[in-house]
Amino acid sequence: MAGEGIQESRLVRWGLIAVAGTFLGLFLLLPLVNVFVQAFAEGWSGYLEALRQPDTLAAIRLTLTVAAIVVPLNVVFGVAAAWAVAKFEFRGKPLLITLIDLPFSISPVVAGLVFMVLFGTQGYFGEWLLERDIKILFALPGIALATLFVTFPFVARELIPVMQATGSEQEQAALTLGANGWQTFWRVTLPSVKWGLLYGIILCNARAMGEFGAVSVVSGHITGLTDTMPLRVEKLYQEYDATGAFAVASLLALLALLTLGFKTCLEWQQQRAYERAQRAVKSADAPSS
Amino acid sequence: MSIELKDISKHFGAVTAVNQVSFSVEDGELMALLGPSGGGKTTVLRMIAGLEVPSSGDIYVRGQRVNDVSVQQRNIGFVFQNYALFKNMSVFKNVAFGLRIKKWKRRDVRDRVEELLALFGLEDLGPRYPHQLSGGQRQRVAIARALATKPSVLLLDEPFGAVDAKIRQELREWLVTLHHELNVTTIFVTHDQEEAMEVSNRIVIFSRGNLEQIGTPRQVYEEPANEFVARFIGVINVLELEVRQGVARLNELEFPAHGVPEGQRLRIGFRPYAVQISSNLQLYRYRATLRHTFFLGVMLRVELELPSGLTIRARMTKEEYAHLGLEDGAYVSFQIRQYRILAKEGMPLAPETASTQDAIVYGEGI
Repeated sequence: MAGEGIQESRLVRWGLIAVAGTFLGLFLLLPLVNVFVQAFAEGWSGYLEALRQPDTLAAIRLTLTVAAIVVPLNVVFGVAAAWAVAKFEFRGKPLLITLIDLPFSISPVVAGLVFMVLFGTQGYFGEWLLERDIKILFALPGIALATLFVTFPFVARELIPVMQATGSEQEQAALTLGANGWQTFWRVTLPSVKWGLLYGIILCNARAMGEFGAVSVVSGHITGLTDTMPLRVEKLYQEYDATGAFAVASLLALLALLTLGFKTCLEWQQQRAYERAQRAVKSADAPSS
Repeated sequence: MSIELKDISKHFGAVTAVNQVSFSVEDGELMALLGPSGGGKTTVLRMIAGLEVPSSGDIYVRGQRVNDVSVQQRNIGFVFQNYALFKNMSVFKNVAFGLRIKKWKRRDVRDRVEELLALFGLEDLGPRYPHQLSGGQRQRVAIARALATKPSVLLLDEPFGAVDAKIRQELREWLVTLHHELNVTTIFVTHDQEEAMEVSNRIVIFSRGNLEQIGTPRQVYEEPANEFVARFIGVINVLELEVRQGVARLNELEFPAHGVPEGQRLRIGFRPYAVQISSNLQLYRYRATLRHTFFLGVMLRVELELPSGLTIRARMTKEEYAHLGLEDGAYVSFQIRQYRILAKEGMPLAPETASTQDAIVYGEGI
């Protein structure tokens, strides 16, 4: 009887796995493979040539530049915000937490439009900026701002639970040992959250490079100047340059795969550290006392 | 005088955690801050350390007012309840932390850390990480870390709270020995009266933010300042009596109360050991039936029921018990050798009564 039960549940289990596997294959794996198949449709040389187009190179450069600006800023903002939320009690804390989540809940297009309203020629600061010949929209600053907004929550969201779990006793201990705030941060706080921080940075970077909606609104799509990689993919595709579009797309897909790999690697490393700790505690407890 | 607190108060919003507390700690003392949880003792400790700022009042260290001196500059060693070891650092680096911050030379740091690890029996554990240590080892690392920079005062918050009962006893004795060796002024917080009695040379007792009494373990036990202290430190019988014609009475029990106004109510307390029992019914003034015997190791506690139904607790050694030929249900005579009139003013029996009751029973061994 019991055996039959297990037989049945095994059937159900395999059934479910098959369904999930089919779905994953159809909707995730197949498109991913297709990206690379299309990208290499004209062979390795065709692929490289597609990537060597000056406008495509410019898009890659722009994307890297934006990520290089946005990720460090968001690390600083994210650490500061997570620190404030996790270590201090203050009025308006729930509001701050909600605000940190705002970019997650808002459509990226709306986020882009917000910057149009602020900095567009008809916008609040438009005239002031025009008089001083400062270009924000349809230029690097606007793209960076929109990306900054959209990717803001990643680092903070990763750090808040880690910091809350650590508590503030270790920092207080550092203070009683003579460390100032800065020393405490570098020597105690940062090392204790390094995995969470790294994870946040990886996710933030992936999104910063892949963001389409918000950037699309503020970039102006000036070929060779304000097209980021995702925008370039769209443009090439609309120009019927399938190989070019998929070549750039393959780079983005590669980035996604690398990110996933990093993430899995980090999680695995943490798990291993945890298991090592468990074993050590067990072996320390057994013979002692 | 090493540390002096003058009229220290601390408010958290509308809550008064510490209320007008004054006391001083002499150089080289081993002092306990004792009280039920929420009594304000940890807040006092944190104010001495500089981790909290008093709402009012002054703190002096060696005659110097330190209210505005930062934690970093107070030169105190602080041991947190859960030790707060740096998880990402080895034992060696934990202990070396304060020295590195103070920019000691590399060689000096190594010598000092090795000296401390040896002193604390941690020689082989230098490369280990905190999660690889037992509770007792963690505590020793925390104390070594706090002592590394040779602070003038060592502060410990519930130092034995996070280890299990078996090692707790060992650690207590170890702390006393350590204090003898290093002779550094030490203040520790505890809610366990037995621990305070055993380890410290003076005890400050707190209840709900107020300082109730300060004295040697013997003083607070034998001369409790009020009912709270009497009940918190050890077991005590408390009776409420009314004065009639110069005598305080409750049923058949009478205590002399000369000069006390007629009709006033008095509370009288006496320790179980002050009750003397005899199987000779003629020997003492009062009679009672022995209802229950509790075995507490070397000592026994018995419950006596008076003819009026009043119950009091007495204590004796096993030998006395056997010598008197006592057993449950025996009819005996007894007297109360020693008692105290308990101060009432401003010291109502706190709602902690229920919880301290357990502590009282637990503290019978003293």
